[in-house]
Amino acid sequence: MTTEIKRVLLAEDNPNDVELTLAALAENRLANDVVVVRDGAEAWEYLCREGRYAQRPPGSPAVVLLDLKMPKIDGLEVLRRMRADEALRSVPVVMLTSSREERDLLESYRLGVNAYVVKPVAFEAFMSSVSSLGLFWAVVNEPPPGSVRRAA
Amino acid sequence: MTTPRTSIRGKLVTAMMLTSTTVLVLTGAALVLYDLASFRQSLARSLATRAEILAANSTAALAFDNRDDATQVLAALRSDPSTVMAVLYDHEGRPFAAYPADVSLASVPAAPSGKGHWFEPSSVVVSRPVVEEGQTLGTLYLKSDLRALAGRVRIFTLVVVVAVLGSIAVAFALASWLQRGIALPVRTLADTARQVSDSKDFAIRANVVSDDELGLLTHSFNEMLSEIQQRDAALRASETRLRQLNGDLERRVEARTAQLETSNRELEAFSYSVSHDLRAPLRHIDGFADLLRRQAHSGLDDKAKRYIETISASAKSMGMLIDDLLSFSRMGRSELQNAPVDLDELVAEVRAAVSSDVADREIVWTVAPLPRVVGDPAMLRLALVNLLSNAVKYTRGRTPARITVGATEAGHETVLFVQDNGAGFDMAYQGKLFGVFQRLHGAEEFEGTGIGLANVRRIIERHRGRVWAKGELGAGATFFVALPREDSEANQDQEAA
Repeated sequence: MTTEIKRVLLAEDNPNDVELTLAALAENRLANDVVVVRDGAEAWEYLCREGRYAQRPPGSPAVVLLDLKMPKIDGLEVLRRMRADEALRSVPVVMLTSSREERDLLESYRLGVNAYVVKPVAFEAFMSSVSSLGLFWAVVNEPPPGSVRRAA
Repeated sequence: MTTPRTSIRGKLVTAMMLTSTTVLVLTGAALVLYDLASFRQSLARSLATRAEILAANSTAALAFDNRDDATQVLAALRSDPSTVMAVLYDHEGRPFAAYPADVSLASVPAAPSGKGHWFEPSSVVVSRPVVEEGQTLGTLYLKSDLRALAGRVRIFTLVVVVAVLGSIAVAFALASWLQRGIALPVRTLADTARQVSDSKDFAIRANVVSDDELGLLTHSFNEMLSEIQQRDAALRASETRLRQLNGDLERRVEARTAQLETSNRELEAFSYSVSHDLRAPLRHIDGFADLLRRQAHSGLDDKAKRYIETISASAKSMGMLIDDLLSFSRMGRSELQNAPVDLDELVAEVRAAVSSDVADREIVWTVAPLPRVVGDPAMLRLALVNLLSNAVKYTRGRTPARITVGATEAGHETVLFVQDNGAGFDMAYQGKLFGVFQRLHGAEEFEGTGIGLANVRRIIERHRGRVWAKGELGAGATFFVALPREDSEANQDQEAA
C-alpha cells in the first residue's frame, strides 16, 4: 500500500487492453502512476474508498479512464454515479472505448464526460491517442482541488 | 329544433277569421247602404203623397183667394214634426200662404216650377202643382228634415254592427274548432319529427289521425322512418364490423411492429457488439505485433519483420472493413433529415476536402452550375465524398487528370454526373459496381474496401433516386445520380396517399 494516491484510475476489464494502455502510458512515464480496476463496481469502490480500497489514501485521481463495456457496472453507470456524488462530481472522466456508436457518445456527454476517445485499431494511432490524453489529463491539466497534483 | 314563431293553428284561425270578417263587414255595409237608399225613396214618396193631399185640399182656398183657409189647410202639418216648411204659391208664382204661420211671406224661396222632389243637405223638398179641372191654380212647396232618416240609419247600423260582431264571435268559435282537424295532425307529425331528431330513435312512429292528405303525409313519414331505421341498423352493423376489422388490423400491426422492433433491437445489439467486441481483438493483434516488433527489433530478420508487418496491415485492413460495414449498416437505419441542399456549395466543399490530400497532382476540375435538391445534407455529402474521391483515386497516373461535374434536369429527376478520365471499368461488370465489398480493381492497384459505391447507392435509393455508371476500361468512367425533384416528390406523395 502506497502512501500517496495514484494520478490515473484505469477501469478496463480486458487484460490485453490494460497491457496496451499501460504500454502507451509508459511513453510519458505515467505507467507507475496508474491504478487498474477490472470492472465498474471495483472502480466505484476505489473512488468511494469502500471495500478493499477502504484503506487507500484519501483524495481523488487527476483523471479517470473508463471503458464503456465492463462487467457488473458499466462505464456510463460509473460516470452517472460520479456526477451525482458531491465529492466526485468535478473529477475529470475520459471514456476510452471501442464504441463509435452515436448513442454512447450522446449519453456520455449528457452525463457530463470530459472527453470521449475511440480506441483506434491501428496500434500507432492507439499509442499516440492514449499517451497524449494521459499527458494532457494527468500532467498538463490542472485538476480540481482535492485531486492529486503532479509533483512540483 | 326550435319552436316555430307562428303556429299553423294561428294561421288557420287567422285565415278563416279574415275571410269571414271581410264577408260580414262587406255584407253589413251593403245592407246599410241599400236600406239608406230605399228609406230615402220611401221618405220622398210619403212626403209627395202628403203634398198631393195638401194640394187637393188647397184648391178651394186658391180658387176663392182665401188666405185664411189656405193657412188653415197648411196648419194641419203640425201633426208631423218633421215638416220644416210649407209654402203655397198662386198661379203667378207669388207666395200665397205658408207654414208655420209666423214665416214671413217675403222670406220664402221663389216658387218652384212643376212637379218633382229633390234632396238638400239636411232636408227633402217636394213641389206639386195645385190643379183643378185641368187648370193650374198654383204650386205647393213642402220641405221636410231628414231626422227620420238619421234615426233609421243609426238604428239599422247598430243592428248590423251587433249582428256582424255576433257573427264574428261565432265564426271565431267555429274556426277554432274546425282548425283542429288540420292543425292537430300537422302538430302531431311535427312533434314526432322533433322527437325522432332529438332522440335519434328511428323506431318512433307518428299516429295517423286523419284519412286525408295529412294522413297520407303521416303515413309516408312513417315509411320513411322505417327505411331510415333499417339503414341506420345496417350502418351501425357495418360500423361495428369495421371497428372490429380495424381493431384486428391494429392488433396485427402492433404485433408486427413489436416483431420489427425486436429484430431492430437485435440488429442494433449485433452491430453494437460488432463495433465494440470485434474491434478489440484486432487492436490487440496490431498492438502486440507492434510491441513484438519494438521488443525484438534487432533480433528479427527481414522475413520475420515482413510477417509482423503483414499481421499489422491485415488487422488494420479488417478494422477498416468493420468500420465501413458499420457505417453502411448505420446508413440504412438512421432517419433521413431532409432539407434543401445547394449542390454548388456541397460539391465545392467536398472537392476542397478530397483534393487537399493530392495537392501534388495536376487535376483539371470542370464544375458546371448545379441546381438545388432536397435531401439529407449529411448523407448527400457522404455520397459526393465517395464519388469525388473515387474520381481522384482512379485518375491517379493521368496527367492531367480531368474531372467534370454537371447536372441535367430530366423529367421529374435531377441527374448529377461525375466524369473522369481515369482507369474506367469494363461494362460487363457494371452490375457488380455498386455491390458491398465488390471491387473491380486489385488492392495493389487501387486501395479500398469496396464499400464506397454501395454506400452511394444506398444513400441515393433512400432518397428514392437511382444510380448508374458508364465506363470503358482505361478510358474513364461517368457516374450518374438521379434524385427526384422537389415538386415531383410532392406529387408522388399525393399519388401514394
